[in-house]
Amino acid sequence: MKSKLSKLSQNQAFWPVMIFLAIILFNTIMTGGEFLKITIVDGHFYGRIIDIFRNGGKLMILAAGMTMVLATGGTDISVGSVMAISGAIACSVIKGNLLPGLNGSVAMAIILAVCAGILCGLWNGFLVSKIKIQPIVATMILLVAGRGIAQLITNGKIITITSDAYYFINGGYILGLPFPLYIVIFLVGLLLIFVTKTAFGLFLESIGCNPLASKFAGIKVDIYLLAIYTISGAFASVAGLIESAGIKGADCNNAGLNIELDAILAVAIGGTNLMGGRFSIFSSVIGALIVQSITTTVLALGVPAAYIRVLKAVLIIVICLSQSSKFKLSLGKMLAGKRKEAAAV
Amino acid sequence: MSSQTKLLTMKGISKSFGKAVVALDDVQFELEAGEIHALLGENGAGKSTLIKVLTGVEERDKGEVELEGKKIYPKSTNEAQQVGISTVYQEVNLCPNLSVAENIYIGRAPRTKMGAIDWNAMAKNAQELLEKFDLKLDVNKSLDNYSVAVQQMVAIARASDIQAKVLILDEPTSSLSKVEVDKLFDIMKRLRSEGMGIIFVTHFLDQVYEVTDRITVLRNGHYVGTYKTSDLPRVELVSKMIGKDYAVLNQTLQKGQSDKEKTKTGDVFVSMKNVTHQGSINNMDLSIAKGEVLGLSGLLGSGRSETARVLFGIDQVTGGELEINGEKVHLSHPLDAIRKDLAFCPENRKTEGIIGDLSIRDNIALALQAKKGLFKKISKKEAQKIADEYIKKLEIKTPDADQLIKNLSGGNQQKVILARWLATEPELLMLDEPTRGIDIGTKAEIQKIVIDLAAEGMAVLFISSELDEELRCCRRIVVLKDMEKAGEVTGEDVNEAAVMHIMAGGND
Repeated sequence: MKSKLSKLSQNQAFWPVMIFLAIILFNTIMTGGEFLKITIVDGHFYGRIIDIFRNGGKLMILAAGMTMVLATGGTDISVGSVMAISGAIACSVIKGNLLPGLNGSVAMAIILAVCAGILCGLWNGFLVSKIKIQPIVATMILLVAGRGIAQLITNGKIITITSDAYYFINGGYILGLPFPLYIVIFLVGLLLIFVTKTAFGLFLESIGCNPLASKFAGIKVDIYLLAIYTISGAFASVAGLIESAGIKGADCNNAGLNIELDAILAVAIGGTNLMGGRFSIFSSVIGALIVQSITTTVLALGVPAAYIRVLKAVLIIVICLSQSSKFKLSLGKMLAGKRKEAAAV
Repeated sequence: MSSQTKLLTMKGISKSFGKAVVALDDVQFELEAGEIHALLGENGAGKSTLIKVLTGVEERDKGEVELEGKKIYPKSTNEAQQVGISTVYQEVNLCPNLSVAENIYIGRAPRTKMGAIDWNAMAKNAQELLEKFDLKLDVNKSLDNYSVAVQQMVAIARASDIQAKVLILDEPTSSLSKVEVDKLFDIMKRLRSEGMGIIFVTHFLDQVYEVTDRITVLRNGHYVGTYKTSDLPRVELVSKMIGKDYAVLNQTLQKGQSDKEKTKTGDVFVSMKNVTHQGSINNMDLSIAKGEVLGLSGLLGSGRSETARVLFGIDQVTGGELEINGEKVHLSHPLDAIRKDLAFCPENRKTEGIIGDLSIRDNIALALQAKKGLFKKISKKEAQKIADEYIKKLEIKTPDADQLIKNLSGGNQQKVILARWLATEPELLMLDEPTRGIDIGTKAEIQKIVIDLAAEGMAVLFISSELDEELRCCRRIVVLKDMEKAGEVTGEDVNEAAVMHIMAGGND
C-alpha cells in the first residue's frame, strides 16, 4: 500500500494534480461550498469549476504545444501574437474584408486561420533549426511582428462579427459541456497518442538532453525541431480562434496578450525542466488548469484587481518551492532536526 | 595526535547517488603536509566522488573530514577554497575570456585607496607570481590566447597564491606534452618543499612512480589501502587497482592476442576512393573487410576521427567516392549510415555519446529506434529485454536498466554506448578512442569484445592514440599523417617500429 502511494507520488503529474485539488478545496472552504456548485440551465452545466475548464481551454492547448518546445530546450514566446493573427484572419474572412470570394464561409475562415498558424510555426522552426538562431530570439521576431501583421490584416481596426457558427467555438455546448473542452480533449488527446504510441517522445527527450549525441545516434534533430514549432504554431492558432469567438471579434492589440508567459508557467508548474529533457504533456495541462484556477480564485474571493498579479506571484513562488527537490530536502532536514530536539528534551 | 604533519584526514566517508548507486562506502584518506599523494583506482572506483566531497561539490552522506585537526564541512568549492583546499581540474575551471591577471586575482583583486580595483598592482603581482613558475606571459591578454597546458599552470599558480594548504590535481597531465609534464612536476616538487599537501589523481602509472610519495588505492567505492610508493611494485599496484591477480589479467590480454589470429578477413564492406572532405581529410583510400579489425593510427589532427566522421555521414564527402557493399552511396546524415548498417562510438563520450538524463534502457534503445523509424516504436518491454541482455553480455555494472546513464562510471557509460550500437546489429562498427579514460580491467574487456565481434564476422574500424592497443587488436593498421593516408602495415609487419616509422614520415 505504502509503496504504491510512493510510486504514485513519483509520477510527474502527482504534485500538479494535488496542487490543483488543494486550490479547489481551498476555494470550496472559503466560499462555503459555493465554489463546487454546478447548476443546470437549459441542459447546460454552469458553475465555477466548469468556468475553469472552459476559460482554461486556450491555456491548456498552448501549454500542450509549449511543453514539447520546452522539452527540446527551446521556447516559443510568439504564441500570443499567433493567436492575434489567427483571430484577425478568421474574423476578416467571415466579415468579407479578406477574400470576399469565400462569401464569409466560417469553415474556410477556420482552415485559413489554422494554416496561418502552421506557417508561423514553420517560420519559427526554420529560424531555430536551420538558421540556428536562439529560440527566444527567433520567436521574438514573430512576437513583435505578429501583432503588426494582424493589424495589417484588419487595417488596424477592431473587427466585430455576427456568426452563430463561429460563436459556437467558444460558447457552444455539447452534451451539456462547453465546446472548448472538446477541442482540448481532441488536440491534447491526439498529441498524447502521437507522443506515446510513436518514438516521438523518446526522441524529444533525447534532443532536449543532448542534441549532438542525438544526431550521432541517428535522430534527425532539425526535422523534429521544425515539427514541434509547427505544432506549437498550429495549436496557438486554435487558441486564437477560441479567444476571438469569445469576444465575438478580433482585437489585435489584446488577443493573447502575455499569454505566452502563462503557458510557460503552466509547463513549469507541470514539472517539465525548462532546460530540456524529461517532459509530461498531461502535467502541463494540469499546470494550465492551476494557472487558470488561481485567476478564478482571486476573482471568487473578491480580491481587488490591483492585487491579482501580486497574489498570483506569491502563489507561483509557493508552487515552485513545493516542486523544488532541494527545498523539500532542506525542509525535511529542518523538520527532522526539530523532531530530534524535541526528542532530546 | 600521532604526528604534527597530518594535514588532512577523511574518515568513514560514504556517498550514494539515487537509491542504488553507491559511489563511496566507508572510505578513508590521509594527507600529510609536504607530500605528494597519488589517489588511484579504476573508473568508478570513487576517486572523483571523493574529490568532489572534499571540495564541496557534493555533500557527503556520512563521515568526517578534518583539516589541521579541525572538522570542516565545505558546501561549495568557494568554501573549500577559503579553508585552504584548492583544485585544478582536468578541464580547466578558469574564465578563458578574462585576462591572465584577472583569472589569478578574481574575487580578491588588489584595491586602490578609493576602493577601485588597482589594475596596475594586479598586473605586477600576477607577473611576479608567474615568474616564480618560469612562465613569461602577457598577463593582460585574455587566457584563451594560451594553450591548455599554460592555462593549467595559471590555475596552479592561482592555487598556490591563495595560500592553499591542500592542492588537488585531478588528471592534470592528460592534455600535456612531455616537456609540459616535466615542468608541472618541478612546480609540484617545489610546492611540496614549501609544505603544501598535494593530491594527485592520474591514470598514468609512470607519473605516479616519478613524482609521488604515497599512494592510496580505491576500488568500487571501497578503500583498499595506503602505501609508500617506493615499497609498492608496479604489478602489485595494478592488481590492487583491478582486484584481480595480475597474472590472470595478463592471461586475458594474451588470450585476446591469440584470438586475434582466429579472425578471418572476408569481403570488402566499405571502401573509400580518393575521398576528400574540405579541411579534414584529403584523397583518402581505405577499405575495410568483414571480419577484420582495421586500426587507424596517426597523431592528433592527422585525420583519424575525421575519417570516421565522413564514413558516418556527419561530415559530407566533397570529393571522391564512397562504396558500401559494392554500392556507391551518399551519406548526408548519421541516419543514412545507420540504415546502411554502420555504427560509430564517438571520441567524446560526454558530449557526443551519452544522453545523460535518460535511463540506460533508453540510451541503449535509441539508435535502434532511430534505425527503425518514428512509427515502429520499440515497446518498453522489448527495450527492457534488449537492455538486460547487453547489461549481462557486456557486464555493465548497474543495479538495473532504469538508472540514469550519467550516474555510471566512464567505463560503464562506454559499454552502454557500445550496447546501443550492437543492438542495431551493425556490419561495420567504428570505435573512436573506445578506451580513453577507462581503467585497465575494462580496457582489456572492451578489446576482447572487439576481437570477438570481428571473429563473428563484423568489420571493425579501431581508432586509438595508444599504439599498444592497436597492435593488440588489429592485423592491419593504416597510418595517417597530415589528413592523408601515409602508409599501411599488415600481418607480420604490424609492430610498433613500423607504425612509428610511417607516422614520423620516413619512407626514405
